[in-house]
Amino acid sequence: MIENRPWLTFVSHATLLLGIALVALPVWMALVASTHPASAFGVGHIPLWFGDSGVDTWKTVLLEKAGNGIDTPVFFMMLNSLIMALGITFGKIAISLLSAYAIVFFRFPFRDLCFWIIFMTLMLPVEVRIVPTYEVVANLDLLNSYTGLTLPLIASATATFLFRQCFLSIPGELVEAARIDGAGPFRFFFDILLPLSRTNIAALFVILFIYGWNQYLWPLLITTDDAYYTLVMSIKRMLSVTDGDIAWNQIMATTLLAMLPPVAVVIGMQKLFVKGLVDSEK
Amino acid sequence: MYKFKLASVVIGMSLAGSALAATEVEWWHAMGGANGEKVNEIAKAFNDSQDAYSVKPVYKGNYTETMTSAIAAFRAKQQPAIVQVFEVGTASMMAAKGAIYPVHQLMRESGQPFDESTYLSAVTGYYTSSEGKMLSMPFNSSTPVLYYNKDLFKKAGITQAPKTWQEVETTAKKLQQSGVSCGFTTAWQSWVHLENLSSRHNVPFASLDNGFGGLKTELTFNGPLQVAHVKKMGEWQKSGVFSYSGRTNDGAAKFYSQECAMFTESSAGYAGIKRNAKFEFGVTELPYWEGKVKQPSNTIIGGASLWVLQGHSKEEYKGVASFLSYLSRASVQADWHQFSGYLPITKAAYSLTKGQGFYAANPGTETGVTQMTTGTPTANTKGLRLGNFVQIRGVIDEELESVWSGDVDAQTALNTAVKRGNALLRKFERAND
Amino acid sequence: MTVTFPQKGLPWLLLLPQLLVTAIFFLWPAEQALEQAFYQEDAFGLSREFVGFENFIDLFTDPLYYQSMLTTLFFSFSVAILGISVALLLAVMADRVIRGKLAYQTLLIWPYAVAPALAGVLWWILFDPSMGPIALWLNSAGVDWNHYLNGNQAMILVVIASTWKQISYNFLFFLAGLQAVPRSLIEAASIDGASPFKRFWTIVFPLLSPTTFFLLVVNLVYAFFETFGVIDATTKGGPGQSTNTLVYKVFEDGFVGLDLGGSAAQSVVLMGIVGLMTVIQFRFIERKVQYS
Repeated sequence: MIENRPWLTFVSHATLLLGIALVALPVWMALVASTHPASAFGVGHIPLWFGDSGVDTWKTVLLEKAGNGIDTPVFFMMLNSLIMALGITFGKIAISLLSAYAIVFFRFPFRDLCFWIIFMTLMLPVEVRIVPTYEVVANLDLLNSYTGLTLPLIASATATFLFRQCFLSIPGELVEAARIDGAGPFRFFFDILLPLSRTNIAALFVILFIYGWNQYLWPLLITTDDAYYTLVMSIKRMLSVTDGDIAWNQIMATTLLAMLPPVAVVIGMQKLFVKGLVDSEK
Repeated sequence: MYKFKLASVVIGMSLAGSALAATEVEWWHAMGGANGEKVNEIAKAFNDSQDAYSVKPVYKGNYTETMTSAIAAFRAKQQPAIVQVFEVGTASMMAAKGAIYPVHQLMRESGQPFDESTYLSAVTGYYTSSEGKMLSMPFNSSTPVLYYNKDLFKKAGITQAPKTWQEVETTAKKLQQSGVSCGFTTAWQSWVHLENLSSRHNVPFASLDNGFGGLKTELTFNGPLQVAHVKKMGEWQKSGVFSYSGRTNDGAAKFYSQECAMFTESSAGYAGIKRNAKFEFGVTELPYWEGKVKQPSNTIIGGASLWVLQGHSKEEYKGVASFLSYLSRASVQADWHQFSGYLPITKAAYSLTKGQGFYAANPGTETGVTQMTTGTPTANTKGLRLGNFVQIRGVIDEELESVWSGDVDAQTALNTAVKRGNALLRKFERAND
Repeated sequence: MTVTFPQKGLPWLLLLPQLLVTAIFFLWPAEQALEQAFYQEDAFGLSREFVGFENFIDLFTDPLYYQSMLTTLFFSFSVAILGISVALLLAVMADRVIRGKLAYQTLLIWPYAVAPALAGVLWWILFDPSMGPIALWLNSAGVDWNHYLNGNQAMILVVIASTWKQISYNFLFFLAGLQAVPRSLIEAASIDGASPFKRFWTIVFPLLSPTTFFLLVVNLVYAFFETFGVIDATTKGGPGQSTNTLVYKVFEDGFVGLDLGGSAAQSVVLMGIVGLMTVIQFRFIERKVQYS
């Protein structure tokens, strides 16, 4: 500390607490709303303090059915979300490791072109090419399948770029030494590269898991079989009830459950998360 | 508990597997909430009633989402056999000749008994070809009515429900004097305050018999009657006689919370209002402008019908036909009508409901039916058949909103809406010629 | 220069999965969108007509398209500026405190993990004119809050909902940036008698400017491309056209409006913008890598 200014310290704490309160406000409201019966919303104001039907709502939503047109329980959709999120995460990491390896440690024609093609996928989100992408996936007979949920989303420029940077920073002497030892491309990859990239992989895992879990439009579009519904997309279905009431208590409980796993990952693996963020955007 | 649930899911899945012997018919629908549960119930009852076919209802989100996902699925050859399409999608479906299997033809070719005269013509008219053949099966139809809060009326010393818009204005002013902050709010503004306004006063919404006469139709809802009404609504928005609350039926919350004392909404909103209103409410016919029309004409329907899509096996179509016949049964219809508030589609279901004393026990539930069946429908009141109507509604919503917010005057807004809408009609004409 | 392996076929094999996925799910649809942009087609795909550049001409003569561009720019800059300022304030405060720094960090970063659509729904309800606590509070304070009608209010709402989760992200980067500011510099300034406020503006903030610039770019890209869920779950582009951003418009016109040609033309324009941004970002990043 450079000097002691108690009032400034006080202001700092106060600002931070206010910031935290503001950031947490929506969650607080959702939590309160989920403890009231559905009929509490039709007549106007969202209650400001907890009601007493929270346990029922949460139990129904989690184990029986999410409601508002979704007959699947949340825990079942959580499984789907988990499968999709992990599929996307591992898929991205695997294919990006391989392609970064190829780009850094081999010389071959059109190397730059390949890198550029991969890089181009970086920013165009699926929303703006939704109709043709849907048709491609449908032609491949991948609607209503885990493959259809994950495969189209695993091309990743970010991960490739990150691994490329990580590989570039490996000292040439190390590679040279490995080669003198007689290590071929495979042994080099498994014995040297993978161990060196361990933290990077873990950090990326956190970021990609969030990305995969939070997918919204894509699952909404390609699933018609509720065995493949994921949690985040189900919110949209629950919101658009025609000629009927929306059960806000169930929606709020589902929303909270939908954000729980990625939030838990961020908080539980905070260090890796911070590293992942900082590295993947550098 | 958890394990038990999981086990029951697994068992449920294996049961579903064994039931696959029956031909499966997929039905995409847009009914969430309580109506969605009823849809599942209806499908289950049908499945239990015979062994040959199994109807599988799939909830695909709201009307727009359901229709567009079915179209996207059709392009990818993954379409369901039956899809529920809202009334504004009718022209688009009708024009897609290679994509749809007209219901009258399906019934004939599958050997199902089918008599079009048993259906209520005010409902089926919207969905028949110019030769008078039913192209789709009406499922959930509704028409706009006026709901009002009897308790607030009493407090303000009002004894009669308003019949005309003039009376709506005076009633709202009285209500405001008694402390109510908003006179009325509305759901589905384009449907209620332009489309049905036009039919109620027997003025055209679009040329060529509201589009029934062909693809060359042009919008005409910027006439004096519509402009006057929208202008008045704009003024009412300022004075609090009217309060806008969104494009769909979000206004219901304002009616439930007694912020607004009146609510123009679909007759199908009845069940929700009955559940949520903690006060006595009444239902009356959609108001009209006194002096603009002697006897108000019938209103037109909203809601949706079931379209059968091409590309399935003969066996599946037999299942579809048998399901549609089942849906038209008086008992099934009457049950659906009484549960949801949607209109009955057959005369038999209407008289059955009447005979059961339902209307007497639930005052207001018949309002929609009588209002829609008064008089003989004219070319202006038969319905609307406009291509790209989903987008045209969007355009109308946008332009109306600009009037409510006071940015644009009524005439300019409706002129713009007509101009933008006509461009969409021409686009549709070109794509489907 | 990195040491390389001599194999010629192996790198292709390694690249194959990535290239296949990119080709099938990115290049193929992109090519189809490009083709579609020159046709007009009915919704069901039963007939199509070659129309040359007509879809593009329609697009660029449509005042609504320019309006959507302006809306997008306004929205993106609002999200970026709001997110950056709030995060900077919080980061500076968090950097000052000695006790509880990690706890504060933990409590501030979790919204990053929330899906945009969910964030949208939560804020939407908080501000709902007939039942949301914030809207009711605003009403009692004399603000007539109705985002169903008032385009500016709808814009404020989507900006808040989109910024919310981005604050976490900006916060982390600022905190890292602040921790990298040499202590000796600040100590020297404080010996010279500079107030904490003055120290911040004259020493710390200039040192943070690369971070700020980087965050500006990232936030703009985020607001441009990743806020689809927020808008779809809340305003759907309305009221009027007031929150219809370019990305939402492509989806809306193509998938809801079923105007495939017009939507494809918009996709092509967006792809062009993306290509341009990619090149810029690529140069930017390459240079940064070389420096570090």
